[in-house]
Amino acid sequence: MTAHTPLNPMPLTLRVRAIETLSPSLKRLTLVSADGAALPPPPPGSHLTLALPLDGAQTRSYSIVSPANDRAAYGLIVRRAERSRGGSAYIHQRLAVGDRLKSAVPTSQFHLHSLARKHVLIGGGVGLTPLLSFLHDLRVQGRPVELHQICRADEADAFRQILEPFAGHAIHLHTGRTRLDLQAILGGQPLGAHLYICGPEPLTAAVRAAAADVGWPAGAVHHESFGASGGAPFTVRLARSGRDIAVGEDETLLEALEAAGANPPALCRGGACGECITVVLDGAPDHRDHFLSSDDRASGRLVMPCVSRAKTALLTLDL
Amino acid sequence: MTIAFKPNESFRPPFDYSNSDAGILRFPFPFVSDAYMYSVNLEPHVRGGPTEAFCAVFDVDEHYIAECRERELVLRQDPNRCMVLPHMLSAQWDAVELIMESLATDYPDLFSLERDGDRWTWTNRPLQIRDSFVFGEADTLPCPPFEYITRQAQGDFTLQDQRDGDLFMDGGMVTTQADWSLAFDLGMSFHEWHGPVPLAHEAGVFDRALQYLLRLSHGKPVRRLNWTLTVNPRLDTSPENYPNWGPDKTTVTAENVGEKLHVRVELQTLFRLPRSNAILFGIRAYLASFSELVRVPKWGRRLHRVLRDLPPELIAYKGLSRYYSTAVDYLAPFDDGVATTMGIAPESALREAWT
Repeated sequence: MTAHTPLNPMPLTLRVRAIETLSPSLKRLTLVSADGAALPPPPPGSHLTLALPLDGAQTRSYSIVSPANDRAAYGLIVRRAERSRGGSAYIHQRLAVGDRLKSAVPTSQFHLHSLARKHVLIGGGVGLTPLLSFLHDLRVQGRPVELHQICRADEADAFRQILEPFAGHAIHLHTGRTRLDLQAILGGQPLGAHLYICGPEPLTAAVRAAAADVGWPAGAVHHESFGASGGAPFTVRLARSGRDIAVGEDETLLEALEAAGANPPALCRGGACGECITVVLDGAPDHRDHFLSSDDRASGRLVMPCVSRAKTALLTLDL
Repeated sequence: MTIAFKPNESFRPPFDYSNSDAGILRFPFPFVSDAYMYSVNLEPHVRGGPTEAFCAVFDVDEHYIAECRERELVLRQDPNRCMVLPHMLSAQWDAVELIMESLATDYPDLFSLERDGDRWTWTNRPLQIRDSFVFGEADTLPCPPFEYITRQAQGDFTLQDQRDGDLFMDGGMVTTQADWSLAFDLGMSFHEWHGPVPLAHEAGVFDRALQYLLRLSHGKPVRRLNWTLTVNPRLDTSPENYPNWGPDKTTVTAENVGEKLHVRVELQTLFRLPRSNAILFGIRAYLASFSELVRVPKWGRRLHRVLRDLPPELIAYKGLSRYYSTAVDYLAPFDDGVATTMGIAPESALREAWT
């Protein structure tokens, strides 16, 4: 059992090199490494988690639109959200060229299938962003691709400009979902094609339903979903000392315990090894591990703090 | 860091292999306590750990040149020890980038990488290699990219493609293996290639390990140790060459066991690769003879206790039956019954060599 220091979740320091206004609601950011070193390659479909100086340091994630082979800069396209939690408003109103931001290493939960005969991409609004990095990758690899982007009429020019570098590929821009004949698009694809959707939930649901209707295998339909690492904040109480520790929305229970000086044993930090298993005295755990049996889960008496959280505002642990 | 390489070592008859005193102390001894059983013993692969073997992303030690030469010999006899399926080309380049950057960062005196956009120049001083190539253009290298870089690294590697909620062994460079075959396993899924392992399936180890690995993140590699025993300092204990090394098992005697029997440890590392979303699996084998390891008092005591109490299924699976009691009898005098501390670190200087 090797004791080790928690990994730094925000190891990169980036500098804002350029901010470009694409439309009243869309800005493109170019971020370079503050010390000039090559950046870790951004995986296709990846997002970048940035620490933003909001109300305290908070983290927000945005899809990377630049190619994996570009190690000099990360490109992001950020939409000003109508109900911003603060992140996109900060980027649109206050972030300036030259500012420095801490970030995580880009990671991806949205992947291209290595054996697909063809890739069909459907994006809605700013959901286009991870599909742009797919387009870069598929172009480098010379693999067949077809993209359908849906956007509001007033943003068509902005998206046309964003897609300009991919002219010559099968790129289709549709203003409004009603203009899109999903049955025709999905029904006409070759066997072995894979479908990737990123956009608002109603679009995702409509495309998935249409794909099922025309007989696509479920395993060939992929949609962007964000990882389960964060969630609603809650409080953990250490029964033996009576201490209360706040667990933020973007940190794990284990990280909060470690930051507070309580160091339960931990090894894999991914919910597999069982090392950090901890007894729950009160409250309901939100299980996200692969270790506990279904009986253990149902009992609510054990939790794996490295990945799991709480369904209740307070979770009391035997620590 | 200066490493005194031993380029003339031989991992086949006539054998010529040993660890320096520093080499013994840096050995990744595999037992954290006095009893061994399978577990999902994965931990973050960060620079640093109980011995020096854990201090680099890809560890380079005094056997580097000799091991690369041994790999060359195996490949000359059997080119199919390196195979990569066609859909893994971007994973090949991912591996080139990761291994070159890591070696150049960890060992700047030995390796360097100069980059000007896609134009890269790689220098490997121990092997006297210097090549300029275009990253992403395979025909600018003297051989396919994954083969090129793994010919210059210690240990075996596989490339695992992730799709359909599973991992598939869709490529590898496998010349120093403990009795498994890339030619047999190529294309298999995670549960298929682990099929022969006893006990662990029932314990759910592979179900949990697969779920964990499917979520392995770029930039957060993990590692684990595995072990077996090997007669003579052989790296190539492959099924293909069983006629060469299988009979070695009959040659262990009470007189030669200390020198002949080696603990073979695999420092296994797993890296999510960025472009391909594949996993690079490193299987770095270390060999140390019983007579070398018992010079660390804690390791001598623990090795005796672990082997003495090993479940019969594991004795059979690891192929130890033939010389098992000879090995335990050799180790018994080094176990004075004193309690050992948890963890791998040697915690003392070496005692004099047993003569």
